[in-house]
Amino acid sequence: MNPSPTSASQTAAAVRSKARSALSVVEEHLAVIGQSEEEICAFNIVTADKARSRAAQIDAQIAQGHNPGPLAGVPVAIKDNLCTKGIPTTCSSRILEGWEPPYDATAVELLCGAGAVIIGKTNMDEFAMGSSTENSAFRPTRNPQDTSKVPGGSSGGSAAAVAAGFAPIALGTDTGGSIRQPAALCGVVGVKPTYGRVSRYGLIAFASSLDQIGPFANTVADAALVTDVIAQFDSRDSTSISQPVADVLPTLDHGVAGVRIGVIKELGGKGIAPDVAARCDQAIGALESAGAKVGQASVPSAGYGLSAYYLIAPAEASSNLARFDGVRYGLRVDAKSTPEMNIATRSAGFGEEVKRRIMLGTYALSSGYYDAYYAKAQKVRTLIIADFAKAWEDFDLLLSPTSPTTAFSLGERTADPMAMYMSDVCTVPVNLTGQAAMSVPYGCGQDGLPVGVQILAPALGEPLMFRAAAVLEASLG
Amino acid sequence: MSQERITKHECAHVAALARLRLTDDELDRFSTQLGELLDHVAEVESLDIDDLPATQHPFGISNLLRADEPAQTLDRDQVLAQAPHIENGQFRVPPVLGEAS
Repeated sequence: MNPSPTSASQTAAAVRSKARSALSVVEEHLAVIGQSEEEICAFNIVTADKARSRAAQIDAQIAQGHNPGPLAGVPVAIKDNLCTKGIPTTCSSRILEGWEPPYDATAVELLCGAGAVIIGKTNMDEFAMGSSTENSAFRPTRNPQDTSKVPGGSSGGSAAAVAAGFAPIALGTDTGGSIRQPAALCGVVGVKPTYGRVSRYGLIAFASSLDQIGPFANTVADAALVTDVIAQFDSRDSTSISQPVADVLPTLDHGVAGVRIGVIKELGGKGIAPDVAARCDQAIGALESAGAKVGQASVPSAGYGLSAYYLIAPAEASSNLARFDGVRYGLRVDAKSTPEMNIATRSAGFGEEVKRRIMLGTYALSSGYYDAYYAKAQKVRTLIIADFAKAWEDFDLLLSPTSPTTAFSLGERTADPMAMYMSDVCTVPVNLTGQAAMSVPYGCGQDGLPVGVQILAPALGEPLMFRAAAVLEASLG
Repeated sequence: MSQERITKHECAHVAALARLRLTDDELDRFSTQLGELLDHVAEVESLDIDDLPATQHPFGISNLLRADEPAQTLDRDQVLAQAPHIENGQFRVPPVLGEAS
C-alpha cells in the first residue's frame, strides 16, 4: 500500500526545472492521503486548499524566473505543537481545540521560506507526553507498516505521515525521544539536532530545557537538507546557538574512515530485544567495513537518565502548562470566580497523561520534596553530562539502539505508565545532555517491523553524525 | 511501599496546587501510579552526588539581553480574537477576589 519513497530534493529539483508543477506534487500527495489517511490517522487537519494555493504561488514564482528555494514545492507535514499562522494548532489537546496561532514558529517560517508547502498538521500524544500517540485527545495514529501497531510517539503522526507517503518531509519535536523513537518504529529517518540549533520560537513548550525540533524523512540526504534549512540562529529564542555552524549536506558523502565509534555498553544488553540488538550488531559491522574504528564505550550513569528525565520533564511541564488557564486562548469552562474557572477549565481540558505528569512535576517541585527529587535529578543530569564528556575523549560518535523493541500493539502499554516510559530509555540521555542524535532505519526485527539504530554526536557534531547515517543507509543497498 | 510514597490525601493536595480537580477514581489511580513512578525514580537517591552542581541548561548559558529598541510585536486585535472572552480590548475573566456579583 505504501508508494515508493519520494525524495524531497529530487521533487524540488523537478519543480524548479518546471519538469513538474508544485501543484501536481501537492495533488499527488493529497491523493495518497485520500487513499489511506482514514486508516492511519496521521493528521489532525489536512490543509488541502491552503496547500493548493501555496503550490500555485510557487509555480507562479518559478514561471517568473524566481527560485523558491531548496524545498520548492515539497509538501511538509507539521507536528501540531508547532504554531502555524491561521491554521489550528492543538497539541492534540481539548484545551487548545480551535485555537489559531497569530504567528508561525521559526522552523515553519524557515521551511516555507525554502519553498516548502504545508500539507497538514500531524497527530501527537497530547502536549507531546507519550511514546505511542495513543495519548492524543482525538484518536490514536496507526503504524503504516502494520496498522495493529502504534507508530511510536510523541511525534507519531509525523513519522506515520512520512512512512505512509503522505509527505516526504515532516517536522517533529523531541523532548525524550519523541522524534527518534517513532522514526525507528515507522522505519524512517528522524533527527534530534543539538539543543539550541533549531529555534524553539513558536513551539508550544513541554520541557523547555529538553525540547528540540527536528525533521523526519525517507532518506538521510533529505533529513540533512531540512536540518540545514531549519538550524539557524534566532534572536527570538534565548537558547538559540549564535555561533556559526557547518552545514550537514556538503560533507554527507565523506564516509567514516578512521572515525572512532563507541557502542554504549549501558544502553545495550539487558532490556534490549535480541532481534533489535542483532540489527545493531549488523550496523556496527557495516561501519567497521567502511573503515570506522569501533569500540565499546561506557557511560556509567546513562541508565539513570530515565529517572532524571521523569522528574525534570514533568517538573518543567507543570510550570509550562500553567499558562493554560482559560484566560487568553483555547478552552474556558465558566465558573463563578477566576480560580474556579481555572480549575474547571484545566480539569476538563487536559487528558489523563497530561494530568499525571502535571501531578508528578508539581509533587517533585513542592515544598519538602524539591531537594529529594527535582534538585537531585538536576545533579544526575550533571553526572550524565560528565560521563558523556569522558566518552567523547575516546570516541567521535556513539551508537545504541533507538528503541528497546520494535513497534508494540495499540493498547499494549496504556494501562502501565512505567512500561510506556521504558520505551524512552535509550533516547532520554541525549536530551539531558543537549547533544545531537538521530535514528536510522536498519532492517527489521523478527516480526518484520522496522528497527532503528541511534547515532549520537557531541554538541554541534551533526556533520559527522550524518556521515555515519549515510554510510549505514548505503550499506543496506 | 508505593502507598507510603504518596497518599491519596497528598495527591489531593498536589492537585489543588496544580489547579486540577480530580475525581475520587482519579485520586485512587494517581496515588498508586505516582507511587510506582516515584519508587522507580527513587533509584537516584542512592547516588552520592550531593557535591555536584545542578544543571538547568545543557550548555550553561545565562541571560541574553537584546537592545532596548522598539520593534514590531503581535497585533493586539489578532491576539484578542483567539481569547475566550474579551471586553474593551482586554481579556475578561470572572471575579478574582470575593463573592461573584
